[in-house]
Amino acid sequence: MNRYNPVVIIAQVSPISAILGLFLIVPIATILIVSFWDYNEFMLLPDFVWTNYSDTLGSYVTYKIYLNTFKYTILTWFFTLVIGFPVAYFLCFHVKTLRWQIVLFLICTIPFWTSNIIRMISWIPFLGRNGVFNSMLLNIGLIGEPLEFLLFSDFAIVLAFVHLYTLFMVVPIFNSMMRIDRTVMEAAFDAGANGWQMLTNVVIPLCKPGIAIGSIFVVTLVMGDYITVRLMGGGLRASVGVMMSNEISLLLYPPAAANAVVLLAVVLILVSLMMRVVDLKKEL
Amino acid sequence: MDKTSQAGNSVELSWKKKQNVSRRDVLKTGSAVVAGAAIGINAITGFPTIWAQNIKNITLRQFGTGVSNINAIAKRAKQDLGITLQMTALDTDSTAQRVVTQPRSFDIADIEYFTLKKVWGSGNMQPMDIRKLKYYDKIVGTFKNGKLTPTSKIAQGTAPHTVSFVENPTDRKFAKGETNWYTMVPTIYNADTLGIRPDLIKRPINSWTELLNPEFKGKASILNIASIGIMDAAMVCEAMGEVQYGDKGNMTQVEIDKTMAIFTEAKQAGQFRAFWKTFDESVNLMASGEVVIQSMWSPAITKVRSMGIPCIYQPLKEGYRSWGGGLGLSRNLAGLELDAAYEYINWYLSGWVGGLLMRQGYYSAAPETSKLYMSDDEWGFWFEGKAAKNDIVNPFGQKMEPAGAKRDGGSFYERMGKVECWNSVMDENRYMVRKWNEFIAS
Repeated sequence: MNRYNPVVIIAQVSPISAILGLFLIVPIATILIVSFWDYNEFMLLPDFVWTNYSDTLGSYVTYKIYLNTFKYTILTWFFTLVIGFPVAYFLCFHVKTLRWQIVLFLICTIPFWTSNIIRMISWIPFLGRNGVFNSMLLNIGLIGEPLEFLLFSDFAIVLAFVHLYTLFMVVPIFNSMMRIDRTVMEAAFDAGANGWQMLTNVVIPLCKPGIAIGSIFVVTLVMGDYITVRLMGGGLRASVGVMMSNEISLLLYPPAAANAVVLLAVVLILVSLMMRVVDLKKEL
Repeated sequence: MDKTSQAGNSVELSWKKKQNVSRRDVLKTGSAVVAGAAIGINAITGFPTIWAQNIKNITLRQFGTGVSNINAIAKRAKQDLGITLQMTALDTDSTAQRVVTQPRSFDIADIEYFTLKKVWGSGNMQPMDIRKLKYYDKIVGTFKNGKLTPTSKIAQGTAPHTVSFVENPTDRKFAKGETNWYTMVPTIYNADTLGIRPDLIKRPINSWTELLNPEFKGKASILNIASIGIMDAAMVCEAMGEVQYGDKGNMTQVEIDKTMAIFTEAKQAGQFRAFWKTFDESVNLMASGEVVIQSMWSPAITKVRSMGIPCIYQPLKEGYRSWGGGLGLSRNLAGLELDAAYEYINWYLSGWVGGLLMRQGYYSAAPETSKLYMSDDEWGFWFEGKAAKNDIVNPFGQKMEPAGAKRDGGSFYERMGKVECWNSVMDENRYMVRKWNEFIAS
């Protein structure tokens, strides 16, 4: 049978189209539609109103919360990159055998064998006022009073994010590094480049796609998160996700949907900006 | 946490506002209750009432928030009445949606009074004829004229009696006083206050103002469920003398603004260690000592104490914030099914269910009838506020209090007689929610 037979092509494409249509297009379309609906205490009223958007975009709280979310995103992105890049570099260039690379990689994934909520919650007894860390510092006499900022604070939130998402940075960067042609590095070395020049002129430019993919992972995950902010922030801090979850729990679906649409637009803009910096299609 | 306490806890929680009550929780509750009930049944001899025989084999579909949606009740109803109860557990918000949007999907609605206020207007429920309610006389005054005793003050908010009667069966507006048509038969209610850690506070606490006392800076918490949290906040602001409310259960925009301004200021000054949203969070905050004073629910206090940590459900001079729920009938019920529903509700008030609920620390609408199903010691402890002679054990077999303990706040009349405000739905609900979100984000 002809491989280019249209029937065959349609048959081959239809499963993925059906899955994407059903689980991506339909839900997003529903959110978009509901974001224009009106509502009362207990019902959604099909309508076409702009109030959900004007309430969301007209409130200073929204901007404050977005600012807060950006703060978490930038800090998390920075720390995951600063930690993730050296880890990937070590795994790729310092670990010589494939076996040890695999072993060390598996060790990196061990935290992922438990649910990310468990990983997050386990910080709470560690960082608490009477927690392990504070007790330790008190015992060795480094501090006289427990450090309160450790838990239920921005510090705790960013710490948990970095802990949760660093691997998402490590994996794509590692992948890019593995594709670097070692002869290019040898050529650089022969041309007299020192270690630092090798890193900045050869490795980092060639890792750009990995860094971009890792950044997209981290940025989208942090922008859409609500549970980390709620648990580690002790409910005192807000992110866009927390705002939406508050609205949903109070049955305010249309404003929550409008919020979701705004967030989607913001994240898409962020991702397209990152794609501008690195032409992923070309690089892959 | 052992299984029984978890079941009991999830029950209380789902009643209030829990969003993620699962069918499994309810099933777990069910099995735990069955075990407890089996013991209870043996202890009680002779059940004098002969229930109608022609309603056997009828199935009634009931949904509710889980707190009284206990499988043991269905099992016992089958045994005593022959009717089959199909129970569905939903969260508080979903119960309102169900009444309004799917009136044919249920026969009996087990909902809170403030939910009733929202949904009665849909016309999807029908009131009950009090002449057919065998134990109507035994129902406490709170659910009739708002007065627990003739001298009681009527509480603010959605007080149950304000939504309990209609003039005619088809009315969509509530009647001013008592009539022949009862919108809902009360089943379960309680009075909420602040929980404290006496070992860390080391002095008497007697006012809601203490929540914002700078002495507890960084050690206070409030629940982050807007509709309940705002009312606890109002109790505090009123006690401080900062805000005077017409009705804390139905605030004006100005009152909401003033309340939130005081709390935002306190939040920015670092008064709060955290806000909690679920039962377990409130327990952990208190048990770990992160928080020493916070809004709390009664079973959460019991849970902290069961860990061997001192915790008091502190009665306060300004009074309690209260909540309650009941059973209402679908508009579509008629004929034999309607008779069965009346029979079921009469049975519900006849005592066994009340005993089951009271032994968990809630109150029954007709306490007198429940007395028959509780030991003198249990009755003395839970209802009369007397010191327990023996260990107090809940229906799931878990020890609640040691011998010698007294219920915080004392007797039923001392606790329910000091209700200042009921959980409610405000006219300015949308505005309030927006302001609450601002408060959290501030």
